[in-house]
Amino acid sequence: MGKHVLVIEDEPNIVEAIRFILHRDGWRVDTHSDGATALEALRAQRPDVVILDVMLPGRSGFEILRELRSEDGLANLPVLMLTARGQAKDRETAERAGVSRYMTKPFSNAEVLAAVREMAGP
Amino acid sequence: MVSLNLLAVICFGYVAFLFAVAFAAERAAAAGRTAWLRSPWVYTLSLSIYCTAWTFYGAVGYAARSGLEFLTIYLGPTLVMVGWWWGLNKLVHIGRTQRITSIADLISSRYGKSSLLAAGVTVLAVVGTTPYIALQLQSVTLSVAAFAQPDPAQPVPADPSATAVWVAVGLAIFTVIFGTRNLDANERHHGVVMAIAVEAVVKLFALLAVGVFVVWGIAGGAGAIVERIQASPELSAWRIDGARWAGLTFLAAAAFLCLPRMFQVMVVELEDERHLRTASWAFPLYVFLISLFVVPIAVVGLEALPAGANPDLFVLTVPLAFGQEGLAFLAFLGGFSAATSMVIVAAIALSTMVSNHIVMPIWLRLTRRGASVSGDVRHVVMLARRLSIAGVVFLGYLYYRLSGGGAALAAIGLIAFAGIAQVLPAMIGGLFWRGATRNGAMAGIAGGFALWLYTLFLPSFGPDVVLPAALMAEGPFGIGWLRPYALFGIEGLDPLIHSVLWSLSINTVLFLAVSLASFPEPLERLQGAQFVSALGTPGGARSWQGGAVQTEDLMVMAQRILGPSEAQALFRREAARQGLGGYLPEASPEFLEVLERELSGSVGAATAHAMLAQMVGGMQVSVQDLLAVADETAQIMEYSARLEAQQEELTRTARQLREANEKLTRLSVQKDAFLSQISHELRTPMTSIRAFSEILREMGKDGPFDPDDQARYASIIHDEAIRLTRLLDDLLDLSVLENGQVSLNIREGTLSDLIDHAVATAAAGEDGPDLRIRRDRGAERLPLVTDLDRLSQVFINLIANARKYCLSEAPQLTIRAGGGGAWITVDFIDNGQGIPREQQDMIFEKFARIGDQEAGGAGLGLAICREIMARLGGTIAYLPGQGGAAFRVRLPARAALAAQ
Repeated sequence: MGKHVLVIEDEPNIVEAIRFILHRDGWRVDTHSDGATALEALRAQRPDVVILDVMLPGRSGFEILRELRSEDGLANLPVLMLTARGQAKDRETAERAGVSRYMTKPFSNAEVLAAVREMAGP
Repeated sequence: MVSLNLLAVICFGYVAFLFAVAFAAERAAAAGRTAWLRSPWVYTLSLSIYCTAWTFYGAVGYAARSGLEFLTIYLGPTLVMVGWWWGLNKLVHIGRTQRITSIADLISSRYGKSSLLAAGVTVLAVVGTTPYIALQLQSVTLSVAAFAQPDPAQPVPADPSATAVWVAVGLAIFTVIFGTRNLDANERHHGVVMAIAVEAVVKLFALLAVGVFVVWGIAGGAGAIVERIQASPELSAWRIDGARWAGLTFLAAAAFLCLPRMFQVMVVELEDERHLRTASWAFPLYVFLISLFVVPIAVVGLEALPAGANPDLFVLTVPLAFGQEGLAFLAFLGGFSAATSMVIVAAIALSTMVSNHIVMPIWLRLTRRGASVSGDVRHVVMLARRLSIAGVVFLGYLYYRLSGGGAALAAIGLIAFAGIAQVLPAMIGGLFWRGATRNGAMAGIAGGFALWLYTLFLPSFGPDVVLPAALMAEGPFGIGWLRPYALFGIEGLDPLIHSVLWSLSINTVLFLAVSLASFPEPLERLQGAQFVSALGTPGGARSWQGGAVQTEDLMVMAQRILGPSEAQALFRREAARQGLGGYLPEASPEFLEVLERELSGSVGAATAHAMLAQMVGGMQVSVQDLLAVADETAQIMEYSARLEAQQEELTRTARQLREANEKLTRLSVQKDAFLSQISHELRTPMTSIRAFSEILREMGKDGPFDPDDQARYASIIHDEAIRLTRLLDDLLDLSVLENGQVSLNIREGTLSDLIDHAVATAAAGEDGPDLRIRRDRGAERLPLVTDLDRLSQVFINLIANARKYCLSEAPQLTIRAGGGGAWITVDFIDNGQGIPREQQDMIFEKFARIGDQEAGGAGLGLAICREIMARLGGTIAYLPGQGGAAFRVRLPARAALAAQ
């Protein structure tokens, strides 16, 4: 039984690419595209790893991350943040919010896969 | 014996001619060719509606009965025009600056915008004008009958036959068509005024022609006619009763100022205050010419026609008796002109009063929150006005039938004069005396009106028609000193003079006494000060305190009353005056003041005030305002005016600075976001491209692959590459436009073709919800000389935006074109939620998106549109208050562009 990853991202083509990469590697992949309801999806699904976009409709990825870190059950959840905003201050913001890994788009498929594997642990 | 059919044909042809004149004048005005419509001569001629059928026919009859006394009717207005010019000037100035729509509006506006007073004056005006309209109908009927009567000695049968009905119906139709074309009663009725001016020429020409015929054709020259006058038994005994002369002259002067129809042509229809200067000598000249041959015609009529012939019809019967049928027809047309022009203008004036001061207040009361929410006010006002016109003319007809048309023409006219003159004390007092109050005006008018009814109007129907004969002879309950014709025991006076004396004296005394005893309300003081010092210091008191109201709500209301384009123009102008862009000025006291004045031009001062008060929530009069009113010292006034001007300038600059600062702050945040944005927009498609190209590269390396997947992934890469290209194209396009390096490809075309093309292009390749497009192709038939491709790009963008962002269940886009002036405008209005006020001026910035909408697109479309419109010499702006999101594209019209 593969581990479970939740992809929170609104761009359908990117979602499809990540789903393909991880699925091929044996992951169970679920997706969610709305920022406003992302936390509820997280609470309900309890994935092993989360891939989180920053610019989401309804709510920004930074806010979701901040709230997630303050919740008991989710505080230690590994979060890989993917963003198309490449500025240094965005990275700082993400780190202050408690991100586990941070990658800028466009990413290398191999790197994403490696990062997710590593975060999920043995 | 003249065929009545021929007469009918002539009448009909003449009316058709008047229709054509009025129609041509309206067309010329609509096309902006108003140079000759604005001539002072047209104004002067329109003033001649003072000379109605009564003066046309009646003056000769009057002369035959009472000698030179008929001159008093002309003397009054002449004295006013020549001797009281400065007063008239002030009246006209106030009428124009305060956008007064009628005499009732003037009185109500002066006395604190009182609805009650306005309604009272309106009732008075209707009652006072009805007999006069009846008089006109009677004169037309009598003159038609005169043609049918071969023997002038026979008394003309007062036949209340079909003639009067037809004339009344025809006049009502003409007046409805040309008198209610636009709602703003303050705008000129070009068609009507021009028709009236033509009629003025016809009646003068007709009377002069008859006069010339009588003097040189019958009597044998000027010397001979003087001898005949000397010899005439009726006219040689000149009876000049000093009191009656003075009374009648005064009455005519008062009527000249107070008659609703005179106020209409003199103040409301006036285009330029300088015209009054020309009229002040030209109108007396007109009056002189029209009275020149009255006595000769009377003398010849008395001599040549058998005793018993009606002298009121000498103008017609003298030419007929000498076999001059052509001349008689001309005279008939003259009389017909005089009658019709009076009825038309009187009906317009009264209908404005009735709809503004009686119908609208009732309607406002019935729909409590009416001003801001309910339906189309213009429609209500228009309908009220049309119905009142029909009602007024019908009342005149009714009076004619009831009174039996028996009394001599002149008598009815004088009764009406005396009635309407009751407004005089309140009007003159209001213009020159600050102490005059509303209560005083009401008491005076009510008292004078009641006395006039009792001593003149009701008895005029004859004993036992309204007032019982016993009451007339012995007074009510046998109290002798209350007899209508001998009030307080004063007997032996002419009934008219008796009534005028008592009603106006009591009126004036009540007005003065109650004014002195009562205390004016703040609004009355403000208005009083503005009226009394109208020609002195400009500006002055302010009555609104701005702030509480949303300008957008005001715009919604103003559009309902003034019409969308006028309201938008007004708001735009005011915003520009405050130094702001767009269509929404701040709700400052000055702006509310201006808006109230504009509205009062349509619905009258009292109603406009009530509507605005409903929205703004009551008015406040500040201590400064009251001090300014009380302050008489010119020096201080001037000093404070200068300070105020400085302060206004400072406020203006501060407002501009504040706006610039806010915008800079927002722009700096936006500049910062720009890099982020551009990074995001470029990286997102690149991510897909990179991820899928890696997937494709590795496909087949570790196992079999699905060819369908491969094709799909390749097409994703392809689509994303195109998205990238489009984004780069947009960015480059914008950069080129912003740097002004673009070269325009100017071609000719028509707006409707361009919109066709844009609608078709925007519809292609989109599979969003079905957007219904409403257009008026007729209005789109406008020629364009511009860069058609660029303009089309703007239209496509706006239509595509509506398709993407209009969230209505049945999305709909209205495209509305307007032209004719120096600008062509095209509005795109959808039925979605619109754009919130605080975001309206941001949407034209780069990468601006409303809220979290992510419906594709990089947010460059409107920024590009704005740049394109700037290059084309036009603008694009958000149009608030239209329900949904609305954009207005403005483009200089063909002529303007060709001239560059």
